[in-house]
Amino acid sequence: MNMFRIAFRFTFLSMLLFGVLYPLAMTETARLIAPDSAKGRPVYRDGTLVGFKNIGQLFTGPDYFWGRPSATGYNAAASGGSNLSASNPEFADEVENRVDSLLKYHPGLTRQAIPPDLLTASASGLDPHISLEAALIQTPRIARNRGLKEEDLETLVRDHEEGPLLGIFGPGGLVNVLELNLALDEFSKKAGPESRISSQPEADGSGSY
Amino acid sequence: MGNEITGVAVVFGLAATLSWPLGRYISGVFRGTSGRFKVFTVPERLIFRFCKIDPSAGMDWKQNMKAMLSANVLFFFAAFFLLLLQGIIPFWNPGRLAGWDPIPAFNAAVSFVTNTNLQHYAGETDAAYFTQLVVFCWLQFVSAGTGIAVCGLLFQGLSGDTGSNIGNFYSLLVRSCVRILLPLAVILSAGLTLCGTVSDFGGVREVHTLENRMQQVAGGPAAPMIAIKQLGTNGGGFFGANSAHPFENPDYLSNMLENIAILLLPMALVFAFGFYLKRKRAAILFFSIMTTLFLAFTAVSVGQEVTGGASVPESGLLPGPNLEGKEMRFGPVASAFWAVSTTSTSNGSVNSMHDSHTALSGGVLLLDMFINALYGGVGVGFINFFVFVVVAVFISGQMIGRTPDLFGKKLEAREIKIAALVVILHPLLILCGTAAACLASSRQGWLNNPGFHGFSEMMYEFTSAAANNGSGFEGLHDNTPFWNLATGVIMLFGRFLPIIGPLAIAGALSVKKAVPASSGSLKIESMAFGAVLTAVILIVAALAFFPALALGPVAEYFSTL
Repeated sequence: MNMFRIAFRFTFLSMLLFGVLYPLAMTETARLIAPDSAKGRPVYRDGTLVGFKNIGQLFTGPDYFWGRPSATGYNAAASGGSNLSASNPEFADEVENRVDSLLKYHPGLTRQAIPPDLLTASASGLDPHISLEAALIQTPRIARNRGLKEEDLETLVRDHEEGPLLGIFGPGGLVNVLELNLALDEFSKKAGPESRISSQPEADGSGSY
Repeated sequence: MGNEITGVAVVFGLAATLSWPLGRYISGVFRGTSGRFKVFTVPERLIFRFCKIDPSAGMDWKQNMKAMLSANVLFFFAAFFLLLLQGIIPFWNPGRLAGWDPIPAFNAAVSFVTNTNLQHYAGETDAAYFTQLVVFCWLQFVSAGTGIAVCGLLFQGLSGDTGSNIGNFYSLLVRSCVRILLPLAVILSAGLTLCGTVSDFGGVREVHTLENRMQQVAGGPAAPMIAIKQLGTNGGGFFGANSAHPFENPDYLSNMLENIAILLLPMALVFAFGFYLKRKRAAILFFSIMTTLFLAFTAVSVGQEVTGGASVPESGLLPGPNLEGKEMRFGPVASAFWAVSTTSTSNGSVNSMHDSHTALSGGVLLLDMFINALYGGVGVGFINFFVFVVVAVFISGQMIGRTPDLFGKKLEAREIKIAALVVILHPLLILCGTAAACLASSRQGWLNNPGFHGFSEMMYEFTSAAANNGSGFEGLHDNTPFWNLATGVIMLFGRFLPIIGPLAIAGALSVKKAVPASSGSLKIESMAFGAVLTAVILIVAALAFFPALALGPVAEYFSTL
C-alpha cells in the first residue's frame, strides 16, 4: 500500500535525521562552543575528580557545610524527590527529625531560625544550593570543629553568595555548597596561627541528612 | 520575591511577544510560502524525494487521517521493537543496559508516539543513549510534527477555499519538523549548552567527594533532547528528575529559556490560526481567553507555593514557602509558574515535584489538564480549543435562535455531535480510569501518600495520560502492569480521537457552501462570544470534574486548615 510505503520511508529517514544526525551535530557543537559545560562542569582537586559544579553531594561531617536534605542521598545516578505531600504525617515526622538533628549540632539555634530549605528535600535530590541563611547558621559549628574564627567563615560564606540573574531575575542569596566547602578546605589549609583558635572536633553529623 | 516575579513576567512576556511573528511564519510554512528560507528547501526536497511524497497532492480529511494513522502506527512499532532490542544494540549503551520487557516498552512507545511522555521508567537506569536519542528524541520530533501538521489540516479545512482537499499530511509533517521544530531546537540546544546543560557520551562518572565517598554521576547527550522535549510539548526528560535535574536545567537562565520554549509554539499556533484564516481579531480573542485563565491559575499556584498553603504547622517553625520538591536556584515562584505552564501546554516536564505541591496548587494543575486547551499541546492544543469553540457557537446559536454558523459555514447536527463526543471523552477516560484504580485491591501499595492526596495521585496519573501531558504525581508507583496498560490505552484514545473528531468536522465544513454573513450572524470576534466561550470551557471542566476535585485537592485543602 502506497500509504505505508511512504510512512515506512519517512520513519527510517526521520529516525536518521532527528535521532542520529541532529543529536550528533549538537553534541559536537557543544564540544566546540562550551567543552567544559558539555562535560557537566567537572571540578578537579589535585588531579582527582571531586565533583561537578552543579551536582550537589552529601555532606554529613561536622566540619563541612551541609546541603539540603535529599530523598535519594544525593544519588546522581538515580535522581528524584521525596514526592511527599505536606498533608502526609510521614512528612511532618521527617521535618521533625531534621529539626532535631540541626538543633543538636547547632547549639543556640532556635526552631524559629531554621531556614525552610534545610528542612525540605529538593526536587532532584541533587540541589547544589542552600540559602545564605542556611549557610550562616552552620558557621559556629564549623568554626568550632576546624578551630577557625566565626567571623572569617562568615566572610567566606558571604563571598560565595550568588545574586539573582543580572541582579534582577530570580531568587538571590544562594550559596553553592560544594564550591563553598572547597573554598573552606582551601581556607583551612592556608589559615595561619593568628586565625586559629583551639579546635574541638565532634563525631560525625546527622543521620537524617 | 520581587525579582522572582520579574523573572516569570519576563518569561511570559517574551514567549507572548515572540509567538506573534512565529505565528506568522508558521502560517507561511503551512501555506508553503516560506520559500525565502532557502536553507530548508534542500533537505525538504531530499526528504520528499526519498519518501516519494508529492507535497502538492491534496487529500480529503479521510485520506489525511489514514496517512496520519499509518505513520503513527509505524512510529509505534519501530519504537516498541527498538526498546525490546535495547540490549543487543552494540553502541551508545555504555551502561550495557538490557532490553525492555514488553509491557513497559508498550507504555513508553505509546507515551512518546502520542506526545505524552509519561515516564514510568527512569532515564539514568533504564534507557541507553541509543534509546534516548534514536527512539525518544526522534519521537519527540515526529510526534510534535504530527500535532502541528494536523493543526495545519484543520486550518485549511476551516478556510475551505480548496473544497474537500484540506492539504497533505505528509508534506505538513515534513515541513513542521524541518522548518519549525528543527531550527528552534538547534538554537535552544546550543543556548542550553552555554548555560551548562550536559552533552556528552561519557557514561557514568565516579566522583571522590570531599568526604571521601564515591558518588556515581550519570551524564549523557542531554541538551539536544531537552531542546526538543520543551519545544514540542513532549516533556520527557533525559534524567529521572526531569527539568529539576541540574544537568538538564543548570541555572535560572536555562530555566527561563526552557520555560519560554514550553509556551512558545502553543502560543504561536493560536496566532498562526489568525494569520492563516485572516482572522487576527478572533485569534487575539482566543489568546486573551487562554491568557486570562492561564494567569488566574498562575496566581493561585504561585500564591499557594509562596505562602506554603494553608498549613502552618503549630511546630514553632518559620512559616515560609513550600520548598519540598523544589530547587533553590528556581525558587517557589518560577517553580509554580513552570508547573502551570507545563500542565497548560500538555508539556509535562517538571522543575519541581508536583506531588509535593500544596493541595490547591496541585488542584490547579489538574484543572489545567482537565481543560487541556489553554495554549495546549503543539497543534492539538488549538484543536482542543476549536472543539470548545464549536460547542460555544452551538450554544450561542441556541440563545439567539439561529442555525449556528462558524467562519461562514453552517454547523449542523453531525458536527455538533462529534464535538460533544470529543468533549465528553476526556472526563470519561479520566474518571473511569480513576474509579477502576480506586476499586483495585492493590491500590494501597501504589500510593506514596495516604488519604485525599493518594486519591489525587491516582487521578493525576489518568488525567496526565488522557491529556497527553506526561507529568505525574510521581510518588505513585506506576511501573506496574496495571498502570502501564491502563495509561497506555488511555493515551492512545486521548491522542487520536480528539484529532480525528475535529478533522472530521473540518472535512465536513470544507465542502459546505459558504453562507454570506448577515446582521444576524454570530460575531466570533465579539466580547459577548468570548464570554460564552469562557463560560463553556469552565462549565464543562467544572461540571464534569468538580466532584472528583472535591474528593482530592479540595478535601485535602480543607483537612489541613
